[in-house]
Formats: sequence, structure tokens, C-alpha cells
Amino acid sequence: MPVRVQREDFDAGAEIARLRAADPKVGAVAAFIGIARDVNDGDAVATLTLEHYPGMTEKALQDICAQAQQRWQVAEVLVVHRVGELHPTDQIVLVAVTSSHRGEAFAACEFVMDYLKTEAPFWKKEATVEGTRWVDARASDADARSRWKETGGR
Amino acid sequence: MKVTVLYFARLREALQREREVVDVPPVVTTVTQLRAWLVARGEPWSSAFTEVKRVRAAVDQAMAQDATPLHDGAEVAFFPPVTGG
Repeated sequence: MPVRVQREDFDAGAEIARLRAADPKVGAVAAFIGIARDVNDGDAVATLTLEHYPGMTEKALQDICAQAQQRWQVAEVLVVHRVGELHPTDQIVLVAVTSSHRGEAFAACEFVMDYLKTEAPFWKKEATVEGTRWVDARASDADARSRWKETGGR
Repeated sequence: MKVTVLYFARLREALQREREVVDVPPVVTTVTQLRAWLVARGEPWSSAFTEVKRVRAAVDQAMAQDATPLHDGAEVAFFPPVTGG
């Protein structure tokens, strides 16, 4: 269950190739890439700075990946999350899941992102023409996470 | 009992510090009691914990609840709701 928090950019193609290289049982890869937008809540965003809690962030991500592996028949779960100063169009996060079949891979990938958004200690601060501001947590993210509990997932 | 307290994001900025080691009296045994004890020290803690909404906590790098117990040498973190991804 590889989990990495890093300042550097990542190559999603190379990451996925490595993730599935040694496992001929893998028939599906589902991946999500989060990207820094140039607009948030109606304002132009110049830079996005990501802070994390070294140690706890990695543990939280490991725990989320372990939950996904218990819940679905998946082979590997990878999370790469960037920190530091980012700019619009920069990649922020990669989640990739390998599995025998697509259904499990899709579901586990979405589950990991929904939990990451609400449980992993990262904080975003954005710089706009108005100045800098901390990004507020969205209720829609909490809703996205809670549906996995209510329905038991897919 | 000595605990290390860490602050992140908006809370860290409001307090102008990212960590402190505090020696709390024996009556402080849970996360919520530690928070109340910090706030009772006055500024900047009293304002910071009021201005930053829905402050969450972790004990020894695991998400904690109000009643999560503390121990000597614990690492307690306070921070706003997370916004990664």
C-alpha cells in the first residue's frame, strides 16, 4: 500500500505502470488526479499552498488504503499527494487502484478520495487578488464521505 | 503531566506558533479539558479557539474525540477541518 507525500510533481503513467507491473491478475486500473483550479468561490486563484501534518498524514492515508483493501477485492492502492506551493493546472493528488475487474477498482478509488478529503490532515491556503485565505471545508465533501457508511458502498 | 501541543493551518497562524510543551495539572485528562485549559490561559488561545470554527484534534497522530484521554508525553494536535485532495 504505497503512500507518498511529496513536494515534487508525479508522472501518473509511470506510477500506474509500476503499480501493476508485477501482477498479471490485474485487469483494471482506476485512477483519479486532482488538479489545482484557477478559480475558487468566484475568485481567481494565483497560488495554492498545501500544509500537512508529517507523520499523521501518512498514517491516515495508510489507514484509508487499508480500509479500501478490506472492503473491495483490490490488488494495490496508491496515493501520491503533493504539498507546498502549487499553481493552477498543477497536479495535486493521484489515487490509483488495481483490481481484477473494473467495478471494484472504480468504487475503491472513489472511496479513497472521499475519505482523503475529510480524514487526511491536509490544509489548503489560496492566494487571490484579495489576499490569502484558508480554504473552508465543504459540506458536500462530508456528504460524499457519509454515503459510504449509509449504503455500505457499492 | 507534560504534553506536546501542535497547531496547524489557520490555528497555527492565529496563535503564531506551531508547537509548545505544556505541563498541565492532574485535572486535565481529556482532549476537551486540555482545550479548555489552554483557552483559560487567555490570549492568544482564547481568541484563536473562538475564531477558528469546528476545531478538530488528534492524539498521538490519530483523530480524537472530546473525551479521548491524554497521557504523559502525549502529542496532541489541534487544527481546522481538513481540506486536502
